[in-house]
Amino acid sequence: MKYKILFVAIIGLQLTACSAEPWVKPYERAHFADPIMSFSRDPVAAAYTNHVYQAREGARGAESSQGGGCGCN
Amino acid sequence: MPGVPKAVRVAVVGVTDRALNKSSLCYRNRCIKQRLITRRILFRILVITLSTLGVLVPLLAAVLPEDRADVLYHSYDGGGIEVTGPSILWRKMIGKYNSVMANYYIDAISSASIDVITSASPYSEHRTEKSVGLTSINEATTMNLAYTTSSENDYDAQSAHIGFSHDLFGDLTTVSLGYSRGWDEVGKSGDPTFAEDADRQNYRLGFSQILTKNSLIGLDFETITDEGFLNNPYRSVRYLDATSALGYSYEPEVYPRTRTSNAVAIRALYYLPYRAAIRGEYRLYTDTWDINAQTFGLGYTHPLEKDWILDFRYRYYTQTHADFYSDLFPFQQSQNFLARDKELSSFNDQTIGIGISYEFSPQNPTFIDKGSLSLNYDHIRFDYDDFRDLTVVTAPGQEPAYSFSADTVQFFLSIWY
Amino acid sequence: MMNMQIVSVRVMALMLGGMMLISSAMAKDMIGPAPDFTLRSMSGENLKLSEFRGDVILINFWASWCGPCRQEMPLLDQLYQRYNPIGFTILGINVEEDSDQAMQLLKEVPVSFPILLDTQNKISKLYNLVGMPSTMIVDRDGNIRYQHFAYLPGYEKKYEEQIKELIRE
Repeated sequence: MKYKILFVAIIGLQLTACSAEPWVKPYERAHFADPIMSFSRDPVAAAYTNHVYQAREGARGAESSQGGGCGCN
Repeated sequence: MPGVPKAVRVAVVGVTDRALNKSSLCYRNRCIKQRLITRRILFRILVITLSTLGVLVPLLAAVLPEDRADVLYHSYDGGGIEVTGPSILWRKMIGKYNSVMANYYIDAISSASIDVITSASPYSEHRTEKSVGLTSINEATTMNLAYTTSSENDYDAQSAHIGFSHDLFGDLTTVSLGYSRGWDEVGKSGDPTFAEDADRQNYRLGFSQILTKNSLIGLDFETITDEGFLNNPYRSVRYLDATSALGYSYEPEVYPRTRTSNAVAIRALYYLPYRAAIRGEYRLYTDTWDINAQTFGLGYTHPLEKDWILDFRYRYYTQTHADFYSDLFPFQQSQNFLARDKELSSFNDQTIGIGISYEFSPQNPTFIDKGSLSLNYDHIRFDYDDFRDLTVVTAPGQEPAYSFSADTVQFFLSIWY
Repeated sequence: MMNMQIVSVRVMALMLGGMMLISSAMAKDMIGPAPDFTLRSMSGENLKLSEFRGDVILINFWASWCGPCRQEMPLLDQLYQRYNPIGFTILGINVEEDSDQAMQLLKEVPVSFPILLDTQNKISKLYNLVGMPSTMIVDRDGNIRYQHFAYLPGYEKKYEEQIKELIRE
């Protein structure tokens, strides 16, 4: 049941795309271009940290997030 | 309109020019406007038609990751295990639309861990992992392909990965999809006839959303299915045995041949006005082995002066044991599935970490744009609820719960060129 | 749990299809008369767009934090040096609230065309920017004829073609 709701939510989100105007303009993204504004600045370090935990904990998955950035191009 | 192929544009211009009355009576500006408006309408119709046919006609394009090289030295020391080694990463753009990456990683393990001390002998191991990857951009979509191979003397693993990410809503939203497939071959040193397989599939879905000029949130889902020989051929479980001197005896562990897990994580990132960043994460995990886990993390990044960056982090993890886990089984073969791996027990761990990084822009060699030298230190404390410390010899089941601390260090040099 | 796999695969398929449908969104087309504006330039004086009527003008919106913008600047400078004598100018509009970083960048990579400071983002709003960098090419009558919302290596050739075409008009 909850997956049906998720489906509808995702499709609804996509359909509203045509009408939504970006509320953070491309020229307002200076902070996101800053390297400190990332979930992990250094991929080698992040990969190692995830490996340390995955080898010792039962949980796995959803360890990293993408997104943000300057939005250029 | 950018993004629309030139041939289409030429065709539309041709049609509109013929359709419009090019009488010399119209004032120059007005005629141009009419032509432009009609062309615009026709463009729009074409764009919508082409899009619904599945042809991408976007206005914005994605950006490739930067060229960089990193050389990392890592060290883990805790619970009687020491693991050290290098990790080398290299990334380079090829042409306008592609970027390649290669990674070489080693774990040199010397172990006299609790499992080893109580039922085996100390050992040393060497694991090598190599990865190659390709990132391609096509308008607003980024595609990632990667292949990894890992080997040690009794375990070989290979995995392939494909992922897409797409920017929407004027680049405020990023949607990502990923699929990975893994093939493992499990061996047993000392037994050349032992050969088992374990296969894995990962499905990932992610959304990231810019909320304000200063904040970003991410939501990620990952489902993983494993099939095959999922346990460790050296590990044992213990059961009460009155005939044994210690009061318990060992038998090999037996795991189910399948496992499916679901994880959902939410992350948030916020920019503080004096130039600093704060991040938080929460992950909920559940699987068919009845392990339920939660992860909670906080991080704070604070730049100092011009060239220094400080990082502080805290992480808390808690899990409940697998349904076939027990520290001490009542008798031999008491269940279909038996596990005494502390990784599947009920426990929690807490990490506190600090990082410091120095950025420099060298004058020479000139091909290096900037570089940084970083040091990360993390202290992790593991506290087990139902895994007992068998180095303390007492009545079986009365041993104290096990706990240990580990220190990890990462020291690395990064260059951007 | 097979259910979960089927669900995941279906969600992914739907998302991919959906992505293709809506990727054609929504930029306000600026083709038409270029809205006039007055901005302070880096050299201190106020510059008005209509002052340049009669020249072909390339308006480039940029920021020091934008990688593709930084790549583009020296190439724009080359175009300026080449075509300025025959009736072409570039106005580089910096969109940052704090111009310090921009001035720092220009010290390291100087350009010869005028740099204007849109610190309050009024002109960025007026021109409905949807990407960084944004480039608009205006003809001698003050009409925007071409717009580009990105920079990829090779775009400067397109700009050059369009500039030459408009100069010839």
